[in-house]
Amino acid sequence: MSEIQYRVAKNVKDACAAMAAAKGKGYILAGGTDLLVQMKSGTREPGVIVDVKKIPEMVSIVEKNGAFTVGAATPAAVIGEHKKLKKTWPGVVEAINLIGSTQVQGRASAGGNLCNASPAADSVPAMVAAGVVANIAGPKGKRSVPVEKFCAGPGKTNLKTGEILVSLTFPKRGKDASDAYLRLIPRTEMDIAVVGCGVSLTMKGDTVKDARVSLGAVAPTVLLVDKAAKALIGSKLEDKALDAAAQACSDACTPIDDKRGTIRYRTKIAGVLLKRAALIARDRINGIEHRGHR
Amino acid sequence: MAKIHVTTTINGSATEYLCDPNQTLLDVLRDNLGLTGSKEGCGSGDCGACSVTINGRLVCSCLVLAPEAEGQKINTIEGMAQGEKLHPLQKKFVEMAALQCGICTPGFLIASKALLEKNPSPTETEVRYWLAGNLCRCTGYDKIISAVMEVAAEMRGAPNA
Amino acid sequence: MPDGSPNPKYKWIGTRPDRPDGADKVTGRARFGADFNLPGQLIGKVLRSPHPHAIIKSIDTSKAEALAGVKAVVTAKDFPEQANLIVPTGEMQVNLRDITRNIMAREKALYEGHPVAAVAAVSEAIAKQALALIKVDYKVLPHVIDVADAMKPNAPVLHDGMITEGVNPPPTKASNIAKRVEFNKGDAKAGFAEAEIVIERDYSTQAVHQGYIEPHAALASAAEDGQVQVWSTTQGHFQVRGFCAKLLNLDTSQIRVTATEIGGGFGGKTVVYLEPLAIRLSQKTGKPVKMTMTREEVFRASGPAPGGNVKVRIGAKKDGRIVAAECTVEMQAGAFPGSPVGPACMCSYACYDIDNVHIVGFDVVSNRPKVAAYRAPGAPISAWAVESTLDILAQQLKMDPIDLRLKNAAKKGTKTAYGVTFNTIGMVETLEAAKSSEHYKSKPKPGYARGVAAGFWFNVGADSSAAAHVGEDGSVTVISGNPDIGGSRASLALMAAEELGVDYDKVRPVIADTASIGFNFVTGGSRVTFATGLAVVNSVRDLIRECKVRAAKIWNVDPEAVMWENGMAKPAGSNVGEFEPLTLAALAAQAGKTGGPINGHAQLNVTGAGPGFGVHVCDVKVDNDTGCVTVGRYTAAQDVGTAIHPSYVEGQLQGGAVQGIGWALNEEYIYNAKGKLDNPGFLDYRMPVASDLPMIETILVEVPNPTHPYGVRGVGEVPIIPPLAAVGNAVARATGVRMTDLPISPPRLSAALDAAAPKMAAD
Repeated sequence: MSEIQYRVAKNVKDACAAMAAAKGKGYILAGGTDLLVQMKSGTREPGVIVDVKKIPEMVSIVEKNGAFTVGAATPAAVIGEHKKLKKTWPGVVEAINLIGSTQVQGRASAGGNLCNASPAADSVPAMVAAGVVANIAGPKGKRSVPVEKFCAGPGKTNLKTGEILVSLTFPKRGKDASDAYLRLIPRTEMDIAVVGCGVSLTMKGDTVKDARVSLGAVAPTVLLVDKAAKALIGSKLEDKALDAAAQACSDACTPIDDKRGTIRYRTKIAGVLLKRAALIARDRINGIEHRGHR
Repeated sequence: MAKIHVTTTINGSATEYLCDPNQTLLDVLRDNLGLTGSKEGCGSGDCGACSVTINGRLVCSCLVLAPEAEGQKINTIEGMAQGEKLHPLQKKFVEMAALQCGICTPGFLIASKALLEKNPSPTETEVRYWLAGNLCRCTGYDKIISAVMEVAAEMRGAPNA
Repeated sequence: MPDGSPNPKYKWIGTRPDRPDGADKVTGRARFGADFNLPGQLIGKVLRSPHPHAIIKSIDTSKAEALAGVKAVVTAKDFPEQANLIVPTGEMQVNLRDITRNIMAREKALYEGHPVAAVAAVSEAIAKQALALIKVDYKVLPHVIDVADAMKPNAPVLHDGMITEGVNPPPTKASNIAKRVEFNKGDAKAGFAEAEIVIERDYSTQAVHQGYIEPHAALASAAEDGQVQVWSTTQGHFQVRGFCAKLLNLDTSQIRVTATEIGGGFGGKTVVYLEPLAIRLSQKTGKPVKMTMTREEVFRASGPAPGGNVKVRIGAKKDGRIVAAECTVEMQAGAFPGSPVGPACMCSYACYDIDNVHIVGFDVVSNRPKVAAYRAPGAPISAWAVESTLDILAQQLKMDPIDLRLKNAAKKGTKTAYGVTFNTIGMVETLEAAKSSEHYKSKPKPGYARGVAAGFWFNVGADSSAAAHVGEDGSVTVISGNPDIGGSRASLALMAAEELGVDYDKVRPVIADTASIGFNFVTGGSRVTFATGLAVVNSVRDLIRECKVRAAKIWNVDPEAVMWENGMAKPAGSNVGEFEPLTLAALAAQAGKTGGPINGHAQLNVTGAGPGFGVHVCDVKVDNDTGCVTVGRYTAAQDVGTAIHPSYVEGQLQGGAVQGIGWALNEEYIYNAKGKLDNPGFLDYRMPVASDLPMIETILVEVPNPTHPYGVRGVGEVPIIPPLAAVGNAVARATGVRMTDLPISPPRLSAALDAAAPKMAAD
């Protein structure tokens, strides 16, 4: 049996060095809610486990000029308790707070959710719709990519050896903008999304000025659906526009049949969720609170 | 495998142990320290039977690596009663038959205590969602939810619900 | 101290005191299966077949045995061959020749997860490494998963010599149909000729798991002289002893089994998986061996309950009177014969008084784990079909669904299709209680629709032993031998206190190991409070008889001149003489002079289990765009005999109802094309979570069982039967679409709604 090492990284540089030295056998331990399960099932066999929770910038939330930078390992529960972030990006925070149980919330992070690279990750469609940027550090310095460019396929990221996800930056937001995330699960909790849909809207009066739409669990990676966004922009979210956007969502799906859902079902639900999420985002701009779990 | 030395606090007592780098906190509690009140129902964070708190934050101990406990404050079911005195939740669970087989009970108690510390006046829906990560196959949850709601009311000093 | 009993006949029965094991179970002190350890113990792990169907050509364990830290490896050749002999386990029956093959595959691996070898090593990590070093040479065979496929003439046959039983003349060719059963009453053909309306439908259900939160675990220690001790999480430690003795050629007296606290079973812990392996490994190593299953192993290789296909045909008069009924049940047995198809057939129409009934059942093997009992085994499957069909009948006749059932309800004197004539039963009372409930009388909330369904279960008696010992101070220990899975210590102590006339907290109930009390059949079939309760009552009566003898000695009178009242011996009449009553404490203080320790004993084979009936009312809301179903209100009414500890009776109704709701909505075993289970974990085997549910309201209808001194009926089985159809009927009334295949999961319901939409628009 190979020797497993557990290392606590003191800073980002230290963590990158440890990952580089592990030559592909290194795994970042943030919340561990995916990694430990994968280790138990044997699907991941780390040589070095690098714990990043002692790195302050990776477990904190900083606001600067209206933008928020959230440490990649910040527990979901901590994110949910950040009132201002929640008010500014209710959809993303709601999505992050849908990851697993209360217990899992105490550990799981948005960064870990992204790095696990599951197409069904709850926080990712919401972050894609929100235009969140992933801040990466590595042996060759720092770089940033939009979240939708972060994953390469199921279980695969575009991180290079020695690179780690340090934080996520949520852009500045006006009062005329909000977002929503909805997922379809068979139960009310404790399930992986059969389909997830994130919508971010900026309104001018009752007209959509800008929109971003994303879908999870309907393709190998989370999709940014420009056609759906275009169908919403300029509309007053009347039925015709919503129908067109829903159709664009369904058209964008290239899902699989599996134990969680069928191609037919996922394709249909993508459109259903789009309509509902768009109306919730608009309601939020209008000061109407939404706390739906479905 | 080289063992890691960990110094931590469990139920208020300074505790040291040696663990493997890939051992879970649950395994150490149960196998190294004899604290078998935390149960393993799934080992994947889906049942909540291994619930403990770390620095007051509710977690599944099967999803925590044992070395991560270094310098933290861990609370388990074994630390819930104070001497001879059961915690109000423990007392109410027995009184209201909120357990049948009892395997999920330690996890439900730890999770419910964490809830009431954060939210002393939860609605039924809030209790149900907070406890959605704790599986119980015997009770249908009814009496568990009722017991938590009643303890919340009592702890607020309200008359019995 | 609880308030007095609501039942004026009793002081303790019907009260709700704290359970005797309460403090242990809320503090983590209670020790369950995996909580037991012995010094120097080894860890055992099982190597399981990755193939659903394969010939085991050879097994090479040499590399595993050579690994440092590995102390022993066992395969099928370490276990003796068994005779073709059927033995009972709970409500199900198993063949010893099959059990030995189920605990360790011999000629063939018959399902994915089937054990093929086991290892004992100094640590779990080394045991796991050793498993990877065992080389098994398989010849992979075509597999078959579904019952309908397994019944086809060209299906891969699991057991070469298996000729269908119950068919005359017997077939000449082996098949996967183990058995055909048939039940007849009256003349179904003539009945249907008389019918003014006939409804016929085909239904199906998927395999589901019992879902106990505690995985199987066992610790065994075998000594060099042949003596064996076992600690096991089981519903029946006497069954563990009996099976292990047979499977390992030991005397039962050589094996001492202690039942640990048990973290749920629901029927799934009435058989052995790990225990014989742990004993054999312990024998070979001379060290204690501990084995636990992972959750994945629990799903792949224990339980489950079967799925099945059911065809139902019901004929009625326009006034709702059912004149003929048929059903055919094809049931999964798993890899070995022995599905609960018999009980499924027997229960199908048992709620109703129907003159002409014809029922046929098939027990069918396929490449799935061997099924185990699960709460009223088989009955939910046939009830799903029958109760759905009755709902269609009610809708077509425009009758209230409870009125339709009342019109046909079984009563005292009703003869069932399987030949038994009912004594006093509470079907009518239960229907009436549901009908007059606040729930049923109020309209469903906007957006919700309501379904109703009923269910029946026989309940079980069987063998029990008990003892009652008086301590030196007069307090009492009551000893029995059934693991307490849901509060039975409390119900036994309540009956003992009532019978003895002492306070509940003066009675300490204890569950003894197999060497410390006489034989007890499993905790199953809802028999403990009924049958073991009767043994406890009889042991207390024996104790009272002894107390009277002792008092008579002290007073120098005849024992017949002593009566027992309020926990004291008193003179039976004024002519006996003036004596101060003697309490248990007073009798105990003088026991040395009157004949020694004061104990009572009882052993009996209990018959006369009173059947139970349940009626459930369910309100659901359906999201038509997504197919998601929300249960908004739920009431379970049941004939419970006498509720000894009402809280735990309610708990049985609530827990059973929720298991049934899970079965109806989301739970299912999902196999992929390779014959492997795709969802062996709590994430994708979707049992209900707290946020899925409303409160489960209960109505305890107390129709005492005339054969029991306190009127006890088993209560644990019935509540899982009605929910499947109660949910399905509510969904049908909410959407206009009748679901005939379970589970009614969002993708399935959504597809059905979409398929029906054009038709409904046209209508």
